[in-house]
Amino acid sequence: MNEAELAEPFDRLLGDVCPPAAVRAIERGADAGALWSQLESSGFLDTLVPEAAGGAGLRLADAFALFAIEGRHALPAPAAHTMLARALLMAERLEVPRGPIAIAAETHVGADGAISCPGAPYGLVAHAMVVATVDGWRVLPTAGAERRSTGVHGSLRADLHWRSPPAGALAGRRRVAWREAGAALAAALLAGALQRVLGLTVAFANERIQFGRSIGKFQAIQHQIAVLAEHAVAAHMAAQIGCSGDGPLPHPLRAALAKARASEAAAIAAPTAHAVHGAIGVTAELDLQLYTRRLHELRADFGAETHWNRVLGRALLDSNAPCALDFMRSALLPAHDEIRGP
Amino acid sequence: MIEPLSLQALPDAAEALRADVRRFLDESLAAVPADVRARSWLGFDAEFSRKLGTRGWIGLALPQEYGGGGRDAFARFVLVEELLARGAPVSAHWIAERQSAPMILRYGSEAQKRAIVPRVCRGEAFFCIGMSEPQAGSDLASVRTRATPTASGWRVRGQKIWTTNADHSHYMIALVRTSGAPDDRQRGLSQLLIDLKTPGITVRPIEDLTGDRHFTEVFFDDVELPHDALLGNEGSGWEQVTAELAFERSGPERLYSSIVLFDAWLSHLRSAGGEDPAALALAGRIVGHTATLRSMSVAVTAKVGAGGSPMTEAALVKDLGTELEQFVPLAIADALATARGDANDAAASASPELLRTLAYITQFAPTFSLRGGTREVLRGLIARGLGLR
Repeated sequence: MNEAELAEPFDRLLGDVCPPAAVRAIERGADAGALWSQLESSGFLDTLVPEAAGGAGLRLADAFALFAIEGRHALPAPAAHTMLARALLMAERLEVPRGPIAIAAETHVGADGAISCPGAPYGLVAHAMVVATVDGWRVLPTAGAERRSTGVHGSLRADLHWRSPPAGALAGRRRVAWREAGAALAAALLAGALQRVLGLTVAFANERIQFGRSIGKFQAIQHQIAVLAEHAVAAHMAAQIGCSGDGPLPHPLRAALAKARASEAAAIAAPTAHAVHGAIGVTAELDLQLYTRRLHELRADFGAETHWNRVLGRALLDSNAPCALDFMRSALLPAHDEIRGP
Repeated sequence: MIEPLSLQALPDAAEALRADVRRFLDESLAAVPADVRARSWLGFDAEFSRKLGTRGWIGLALPQEYGGGGRDAFARFVLVEELLARGAPVSAHWIAERQSAPMILRYGSEAQKRAIVPRVCRGEAFFCIGMSEPQAGSDLASVRTRATPTASGWRVRGQKIWTTNADHSHYMIALVRTSGAPDDRQRGLSQLLIDLKTPGITVRPIEDLTGDRHFTEVFFDDVELPHDALLGNEGSGWEQVTAELAFERSGPERLYSSIVLFDAWLSHLRSAGGEDPAALALAGRIVGHTATLRSMSVAVTAKVGAGGSPMTEAALVKDLGTELEQFVPLAIADALATARGDANDAAASASPELLRTLAYITQFAPTFSLRGGTREVLRGLIARGLGLR
């Protein structure tokens, strides 16, 4: 299956089941069940599951296009997270729970065995949450958790708390760098959201007339949008690097690069898009806010740019590469067989 | 709109070249200090260029028929990346190889191709570019240097400025007005291939703020040129120059101008035991941005290799690349000064070589976003690509 065969149907599907009105409704508390069952029956959620286990058997690099499309549609449900969680559950021959599975960005395990995930992405809509533990990882049903909205308007994040490890939790034994995995997925979602924000901003600049001409004709506006485009394209490239690799999981340093670069792009793109849109851009009515609110959340999820830049810098200084180019080539830039399907 | 660029790796055949280039550079540059290497594409060393020519490393991607290597753009990418990342002195043959020879092959007569391109590939013919004039910088269409037709060819009168290496070059490709008036803008411009030994040409070097003398101004005082000095068609100068600038913007050259400084700083951090989180984040940011831009540059090279003309994408990579190149010295200066203030001991001090490298790049960095089209020109091109103009 090549990229277009995979990407175009997924783009059409999300266009149908996830228009901006659906995003708004779910953010206001509507049930995401109908949306999710359409995703589930589409088969896309098993993209990364091995063929022997009934999935499409694709690698993270092949699924990148799907993640970016998810970001472009501001999907109010964790499709990318679920794809990865399903692949790793199947790899350990664990049963895959139905419903949306999200990866916790942060997990604290108390001495008494209580588990909390503050500000968990998709915490309000996920049926299960992947948490990293000292001895591996678990998939915890959210039904048994105390679930509190963060109180942030429109956000799907939630604080989740289990007083004790819940019965029915699936336990993975393989060591998985979930934070890096979440970072790589967030970078890919950012790449898609940035593309959308760029498109909306260009369209608005061409439509909005002031001083007798469209504001896109003003050089000051053109140059701001040009910079936005530069960062959108750079973030897209970095996110592809983050999702390269020959299995379902990202290479940790490439995930660091991807998340650092895409997060930095988000911090530049969102203010620029709003500056060009003027006051209408901060209204609930205009779609722009659906994407720019996500830019800020995704930027912070699983660590923002300074965190990951430190990780990269530490690895660079600890490496014995004689020059930065060698470090890039050996540790960051993927080889042919890590980019596209065989 | 701008389509995203696709991640790809350099082909194995191109990568296979790297080890040989590296061995050669290890030998050639072992004793050269970082502040000299930092000059790289302004480092003039005719002997070094001839050595590259002997190895077939000038004109690697030009046709074998004209003395080139017949390799693809990816092989050239590997070669140029190694040369620049190591700070090799490539200035002597740089413009000839990168812009002039491709221009002659595209627009020149068979006689011009045969007479000049093989010499470029041997590292024996150096070129400079006559575009800017005192009254024509970013507004290139307003050039005033005029070539008047005569019985024997052309008579040239006027002046060029900011011409790199005119005093060391054999030829200039100059943009001149051959008909009409400056108000005619892009119409009536042509390119001339000028032998710089022709009587009536005066070259005056201009010293820059670092003490180097690579810029020149060139005066044409009724210079008589033969008919065959015309490159391409009379009146097509603007289209040709636009194509030339596209060559200029599409390589890996626009992200490595500060890399010698970055490597020197990394060595310093390693020996000083760098644990400052701000310095780690800075090192990570620079290497992450460079790796991303390098992948973008490979993607643009692939588009060019596939016969495309990715003007917008090339402008985008260049603008981001020069921004990074200019950020590096400013950020490293801050990091070094902060580390010194925190430690207050001699061990935290940077070596004189690192400080000279930093000072050179800091002072010269403003030109990174001037050469080959200013930041404002590039952003205008990107805006056009986005459909805003």
